Amino acid sequence: MRQAGLVLGGVIVGIALLCAILAPWIVPHDPFLQNLDNRLAVPFWMEGSNPAHLLGTDQLGRDYLSRLVHGARISMLIGVLTVVASGLIGTTLGVLGGFFGGRVDDAVLFAITCRLAIPVVLVALAVVGLLGSSLTLVILVLGLLLWDRFAVVARSTTMQLRNLDYVAAAWSAGVSTPGILLKEILPNIASHLAVVATLEMALAILLEAALSFLGLGVPPPLPSWGLMIAEGKDYMFFSPWVIFIPGVTLFIVVLGINLLGDGLRDLLGAGDTR
Amino acid sequence: MLRFALRRLAVALLVALTVMTLSFLLTRLSGDLAISIAGAGATPEDVAIIRRAYGLDRPLVAQFLDWAGRAAVGDFGDSYFFKARVSTLIAERMPVTLTLGLTGLAIALAVSIPLGILAAVREASWVDRLVQLVAMVGQAMPSFWLGLILMITFGLRLGWLPISGTGSWEHYVMPGVVLAFSAIPALTRLTRSGMIQALGSDYIRTARAKGLSRLSILGKHALRNAAIPVVSIAAVQLGFMLGGSIVIETVFALHGVGFLAWESISKNDFPVVQAVVLVLALIYIALTMAADLLNGLLDPRLRAA
Amino acid sequence: MSTSDRGAPPARSPNPPRQSPPLLEIEELRVTFGRTAAVRGASFSLEKGETHCVVGESGCGKSVTALAVMGLLARGARREAARLEFAGQDLRALSERQLSALRGDRMAMIFQEPMTSLNPAYTVGSQMAEVFTRHRGGSRRAALDRAADLLARVGITAPGMRLGQFPHQLSGGLRQRVMIAMALMCDPELLIADEPTTALDVTVQAQILRLLAELQRDLGLGILLITHDLGIVARIADRVSVMYAGEVVESAPTAALFAAPSHPYTRGLLACVPVPGKVKREEALGSIPGMVPRIPPGFTGCAFRDRCDHAAPECAGAVPRQQAGAHEVLCRLPPGWAA
Repeated sequence: MRQAGLVLGGVIVGIALLCAILAPWIVPHDPFLQNLDNRLAVPFWMEGSNPAHLLGTDQLGRDYLSRLVHGARISMLIGVLTVVASGLIGTTLGVLGGFFGGRVDDAVLFAITCRLAIPVVLVALAVVGLLGSSLTLVILVLGLLLWDRFAVVARSTTMQLRNLDYVAAAWSAGVSTPGILLKEILPNIASHLAVVATLEMALAILLEAALSFLGLGVPPPLPSWGLMIAEGKDYMFFSPWVIFIPGVTLFIVVLGINLLGDGLRDLLGAGDTR
Repeated sequence: MLRFALRRLAVALLVALTVMTLSFLLTRLSGDLAISIAGAGATPEDVAIIRRAYGLDRPLVAQFLDWAGRAAVGDFGDSYFFKARVSTLIAERMPVTLTLGLTGLAIALAVSIPLGILAAVREASWVDRLVQLVAMVGQAMPSFWLGLILMITFGLRLGWLPISGTGSWEHYVMPGVVLAFSAIPALTRLTRSGMIQALGSDYIRTARAKGLSRLSILGKHALRNAAIPVVSIAAVQLGFMLGGSIVIETVFALHGVGFLAWESISKNDFPVVQAVVLVLALIYIALTMAADLLNGLLDPRLRAA
Repeated sequence: MSTSDRGAPPARSPNPPRQSPPLLEIEELRVTFGRTAAVRGASFSLEKGETHCVVGESGCGKSVTALAVMGLLARGARREAARLEFAGQDLRALSERQLSALRGDRMAMIFQEPMTSLNPAYTVGSQMAEVFTRHRGGSRRAALDRAADLLARVGITAPGMRLGQFPHQLSGGLRQRVMIAMALMCDPELLIADEPTTALDVTVQAQILRLLAELQRDLGLGILLITHDLGIVARIADRVSVMYAGEVVESAPTAALFAAPSHPYTRGLLACVPVPGKVKREEALGSIPGMVPRIPPGFTGCAFRDRCDHAAPECAGAVPRQQAGAHEVLCRLPPGWAA
């Protein structure tokens, strides 16, 4: 069961990554090309579908499959870069707090507490609303907001390691503090961080979709899945598939990332990092 | 207990102060607020007038102290757009958001506690795996999309529930369910792991050796101990739900604080945005503090400390 | 098990008439956890009002035997027995509901870990009272009165105050007294005590043991005491069964066992412990090399042979059960080999 989850998650994430990388070469149409004569064409499972547009077209006649595949680019890009940014911040804070303890740790804990008190979606929306929507800004804002779990996990795992014999041995062997942090601590908490990374990546993708859905994320005409749902919203009562297709895709990709993370947790024995 | 409470209060105040500073700085991010307020097409003279009128020409520190001093007594100034006092606006909208949050929490608890117990009692069986799958599905569900799907299904197709607005309790069912989805995974997992830990403990073996009924063993002895962490996480989740209700309020056109914030953001109405961020953060801080104190009451071992 | 006396007429009916059946009778008890056999055909019996000690190193199946009697084995454990009777009642035939009606009422159990065996979330009084109301009904008030009486009986001062306290407010010794008082709430006929003093200070150990012996005498309790401490056995047991790797290797009245230990393992155990009056001050204590092995199902022969000084090739075959009166040994060595 667990192994199955890991494999399934891996396959889903693998396909999403492939789509993201290869999007321009594998899509049947230009995702930005409008065709107002062929708006809201139905997908393949419905009566009267056009084989040229497997998943139909949107309200501007753009090929839905092509937009969906390009959407994977945005989601994956946001997911990966957000995790890199938030991982750097969170891991640094967590390792420092966990390793040095005392005042440093108090400060780190305080930072985590403050961060948790800030309503993420609201602040992200406000920042994007103020500075204008762009892909870079969304990544930056999410990266600055989603480091808390990295910090919590890095802190607790570092604390456990700090007192172990081999760290003490490295101390007495005269290894410098940065040396110990980089060579002894980081490699040993990496598996825990990898699990957190998957969870945060899933969260970042969901948040980007929500921000874009509210019109304060990725700007149109970029084919973000959240934006596709927002644009399809006006037509959803008559053509439900326009929100169904991007929504299900989003759901499956996020589920896949979570499955991968859960599988990794069991595989690496990373304990409870939820 | 008193020392613990006082210390906790001091930290909470410090966090509140930090969040206050951050929410002030947030609206100054763009550099010149006056340009944003004036909007596109304003002349430099208009901007200068606005700058003076809103006191934006003064030093940042002076602006902050002024704002913070009045915010501390609940005065968040006037809304640029709604032409009303910000505190009045928030007070009017808060009941909707609180109702939504509490509905969501109630639904989440009503679902996750039985699911968690069930999974723990049948640990490692197919029931357990199914429950964990449900938690994982809930975690991956885009809430705004789920909201739309529910609207299409129960609002339009079946006609059971109203699609948007705040007229009656029925208006809160779908948004409440959607909001609950965000808290169900964490609460279910926590109940499950807490119950598994409790069921494997020595005092449960004692309870069985005493010949107590299964109901008493599960419901009284195990659940009471498993509930302690669930209570504090439930409070935290309520805080997250109130903060995240902006998405759901927008989808269902529920005119709560989140909807107000969304409107204000799109209208560049910064005093409101600032105030909503601060108020929601303060509610979160208060909730976590309440959870810690409640934990002290629930866990006799903490009471003495 | 043999109840025959020396010189009894040889032609006895197979089921001799008895006034009452033994309180607890176990024959060929087997408990397996997956690929590990924890108890492998253990047999012994316990008469009413008797204190029967089960001794052995940790991991030899003593606790599992006790849990198997109470029906408290963890999920995944398999229990089989040729006979498992409590006061003539077949425990194997009882449903979980019937068994739970028996537990806490006619048979009670106390555990090794007094620190964790009480529920931290409820007061001592509440935990004691619920046993009584569960099995005997009546008001909570009446149950609390009985709880207070019993707390006083087990030597706890100010019982009224203790009833309102939480477990974490009590010391380990007090908690074990509470556990004992709680076990006595319904006047059980059988008390199973699984290493009740192991987690306690030496002085407290002595107090708890004295208490158990006293209660046994005053209330006519049958006590099945599980321990690895032969010092305890010498002080309070009427009869001793020595367990090794899931089997009862030797069983005898206490005096007989200490006078003439017949199984090499028993002798090894005795050599490890300074039994008052048995070991001279200047004599070095012995030790048994090695550890209790994990026994897979289907194992044959004597499980002790790898650690035994007297092991011979035939120890890998079937081991004879030898009996001399009430003294039983599971070993190929002839009776009196050590003399």
